[in-house]
This record gives sequence, structure tokens and C-alpha cells, in this order.
Amino acid sequence: MFKKGLFILVMLMFTASVFAASAKNTIQIKGSDTMVNLSQAWAERYMQENPGDFVAITGGGSGTGISALISGTCDITNASRIIKEKEIALAKQRGINPYEIKVGLDGLAVVVNPDNPVSKLTIDQLAQIFTGKIANWKEAGGVDAKIVLLSREVNSGTHVYFKEHVLRKNDPNSKEEFSPGALMLSSSQAIADEVAGNPAAIGYYGMGYISKKQKPIFVAKDEKSEYEAPTIENVVNGKYPISRPLLLYTNGAPQGLVKKFVDFVLSSEGQDIVLLTDFVPVQK
Amino acid sequence: MRKFKEFVIEKLILICGIASIFFVILIFLFLLKEGLSVFGTVSPFNFLFGKSWYPISEPPQLGILPLILGSLLVTLGAAIISIPIGVGCAVYIAEVAPGRIKEILKSGIELLAAIPSVVLGFIGMVTLVPLVKNIFHLPTGLTALSGSIMLAFMAMPTIVSIAEDALYSVPKTYKEGALALGATHWQTIWRVILPAASSGILAAIMLGIGRVIGETMAVMMITGNAAVMPNSILAPVRTLTATIAAEMGEAVVGSEHYFALFAVGIVLFVISFIVNVTADLFLHKKQ
Repeated sequence: MFKKGLFILVMLMFTASVFAASAKNTIQIKGSDTMVNLSQAWAERYMQENPGDFVAITGGGSGTGISALISGTCDITNASRIIKEKEIALAKQRGINPYEIKVGLDGLAVVVNPDNPVSKLTIDQLAQIFTGKIANWKEAGGVDAKIVLLSREVNSGTHVYFKEHVLRKNDPNSKEEFSPGALMLSSSQAIADEVAGNPAAIGYYGMGYISKKQKPIFVAKDEKSEYEAPTIENVVNGKYPISRPLLLYTNGAPQGLVKKFVDFVLSSEGQDIVLLTDFVPVQK
Repeated sequence: MRKFKEFVIEKLILICGIASIFFVILIFLFLLKEGLSVFGTVSPFNFLFGKSWYPISEPPQLGILPLILGSLLVTLGAAIISIPIGVGCAVYIAEVAPGRIKEILKSGIELLAAIPSVVLGFIGMVTLVPLVKNIFHLPTGLTALSGSIMLAFMAMPTIVSIAEDALYSVPKTYKEGALALGATHWQTIWRVILPAASSGILAAIMLGIGRVIGETMAVMMITGNAAVMPNSILAPVRTLTATIAAEMGEAVVGSEHYFALFAVGIVLFVISFIVNVTADLFLHKKQ
């Protein structure tokens, strides 16, 4: 009898703490690491203008955010990739209806160490490098050294986008994969640091992370096209071949507090913040 | 009234005692429930011996052999480094060191055990990784060897303190007998004390290894996490623990990937269970 009482008491304590987490004037945003800084900037300005409302932001990766939307633990998901069919099906099963809002664009930069003589590559060469078919810099116009591949972990929207649009060249039937020898690093910053210290390394990340310690590669669609640098201008006019949408997902069309926040994001003020954080706005 | 108090306290202690076993069983049942579902999509043989780990592809490839070998390689390396140093340190503390030095060494080792693994991982990332890269002229220093060295630091405190206890519990008469027969100090340690304490020392080693297999954060930071079949200790590896930690956040609840990660957890649980049971057997043999 006593044992049972204790058990129920413990269970009650757990449930109470779970329900205590949600409050009425709070928006929970979760998802893409690429977009964390951007949404933080949005949230700060939004909270300044709407005192009393509270916006909480967590990273973890686009997949993490979408899982959270499906399990109902966040109001808005930041995603740097489009939601998968499978995820939509899972969401529907649980009565969640993902609604997509495009809020910006991001150019994906491919970076090498500044000491690396290679400065331009085609998409095809990139695919061969990251799948391991080209394993030495010699074969890509560089010095005789083994290529060190750096990739984000599989929970990253950047990882998925790079695989689908560079390795598989948008072909849904392609079975290309990252070389199993690719190092999986857990953040864009970790890739930036490793590239800065390793002349044989090549990595990729959102162009907001480029600094003087890394050299962005000029990329061309194929051998006949121009090699273009990952700049905001080239992403806007579509010349730079590796760019992707930045998205928000909500459960159904946004309403109430969530709508207020999304409207702010799409306003000229919100879109100015997109530009300030080195991404590309969608609305002028 | 006193009897009632006695009764309540007795039962409370009983509950505390049973609780740990109860929780272990619950955890294992939960692992089994979530993990076994993966075998609907992949056969146990292909899961354990498949060579490709691409959990988010369509269809997913869920072979964890590279991960198992990665974990074993890092652990083996850590064992080779930490066992001689750890046991040597225990012998020195228990048999050779004079009083003051003994105290300093003991507290130093306790301090080593108190360093959080993420701190060790970070130190390894900025100091050890470039060092390994330069010494061996490697394309990258994020290798199994870097992981092994860092984990050896984590296994040492366990090995030293338990081995030291084992050495202390060797009856004094053994040592006195050996010395009385004219054996030197070293002969006494090597021929008499170490064999007498061997089961306790083996238990210490097994517990140290158990700690290494389960370690996550430090290995995730410095072994490179490439899910490739390891062919050298100077190549990057991906361990079982790092895989769960890195991917669990992303896995959609109820997907094959999610179940596969729980199955990885079962494998890890079974490995540590075997290691701990072995350690226990050695400890009981001693008594």
C-alpha cells in the first residue's frame, strides 16, 4: 500500500513539471542551427517592440525542430531544408498540419584553407570530392595531399541539402552518399575552425560563417558556366548555384501570437534583419 | 510505536535497495521495446555486421559494424595506455611511496576523476589533436588514437583506486613472509603481492574499461566521427556512444532511425553488462 502511494506521488511530480512548461504569451522556436543567430536577432527586436511577449529559441538542427513540431513541443520550426514526405505523414498521423513560410535564402559556401591553391570547382567536381571519388587535391588542381572531408552531422539541414543538391544533383533516384571517411562535425563553427587550421581540409556551411581564416571556393554549375563567388548579390540574382530557402513551419496557418511574430519576420523590418545577419531577404 | 517506527524504516531501506534493480530492469525493458522494432526493417545479422551506416537515406542503411569496431578500437587503445600506467601507479602508491607523496598522489588522482569529460574533450581538441596530426604527419588529428589517449586519462582514476584497494587487502603476513625468506622488495611485489591481488586488479581493469566504453562527449569531440571501417588507429572512427548522442536529437520519434539508435543502445548495454559481470566475477573469486 505504502509503496503504491509513493509511486503515484512520484508520477504526479513528473506530470506536473511537464505541464508547467507552457505559458500563454510565450512562443517556442526550435530547429536549424544555421538560423539560430537570425531568429535570435528577430526575437530580440520583436520583444523590444512587444514587451510582455516572450520568444524562446533553441537550435539542434532542422530535423530536431521538425521532430519537435510533430511531437507538439514547439510553436514554430526553423528549417533550412524542405520537410520530407515521411515527416508530413507522421505529422498528419498526430493531427499536426505543417504550414510552410519562406523567410529568406542562404548561399552555401564551400570553404578551404587560404593556403590551398585551389580556388574554383564545378558542382561535378564537388560531388566527386565529397563522395570520395576524388581523394587527392592533385586531381582537382591542387598540391599532392589527401583531401580531408568535413561534413555536418546528419541532424543538420545543411548536411541534407548538400547531399541532395550537390552530391545527388537534385536527382531523387540518385544513391550517392558522403564518403564514409568524411569527418562529421557537430557545428558549423567546428568546421570553420578545422578548415582554418588544416590546409588539406574542405568543408561547407552557410555563407554567414565565412571569415578571413577560410577561403570560399568559386563554384560553377558545369564547366561551361562562369565560376561565381558566394555573395549575397550572386545568390539574389541566382548566379551562385548552391543556395537554399530558409523556412518556418507552423501547425496550420499561423494564428494569434505566432501570426504576429511571422508577420513581423516578413515585414521590411524583419527582412532587414535577414540582410544584417548575412542571409538573403525574400521580400523587398 | 517503536516497533512501528522500526518497521517503516526497515521497509524504506528495502525500497531503496530494490529501487536500483527495479530501475535497471525498467531501463532495459524500455530499450528492448524501442530497439527491437528496428529488426522489422533490417535483420539482426545485417544490423550487427552491415558495413554502411547511412541512417537518413532512402532506404536507410543500418549497419553498425564500423561503429562497434570504432568503439572497440578506441577502448583497446585506451586500455593499452591506461593499464600499465594505472597498475604501476597503484603499486607505487600502495607499496613504495612514502607517506606525504602517497597523500599527494592520491588526491591528484581523485582530482583527475573530477574533471568533466567535456573539459577533457575540449583540452584534447586544442592540444592533443594538432600534436597527433604533426607527429604522425596525418591529414587530420581527429583520430582513434587521440580518443584513446584522452580516454586513458578517464580510465586511470578508476583503475588506480580499485587496484590500490586490492593491493592493500593482501594480508601483511604474505609480504613479511616473502621478505623474511630473503626476497628483495621488487621480488616481493612482483612474485607475491601482485599475484595475490590479481583478481582485484583484473576487476579494476574491467571497471576502467567499462567507463571507457560508455564515455561519449570526449570521443565525440576528438575522434572525427567518420563511420568508416577502421583500418588503423591513426584514422578517424565513429563510436556507438557518439552516434547515439549526435543523432538522437534529429531522429523522428517512431522512425527506423529512432529505433536503430535504441538498438545501438542495446548493443552498448550488452557490452557494458558483459564487462561489469566479468569484473564482478573476478572480485568474487578474490573472496
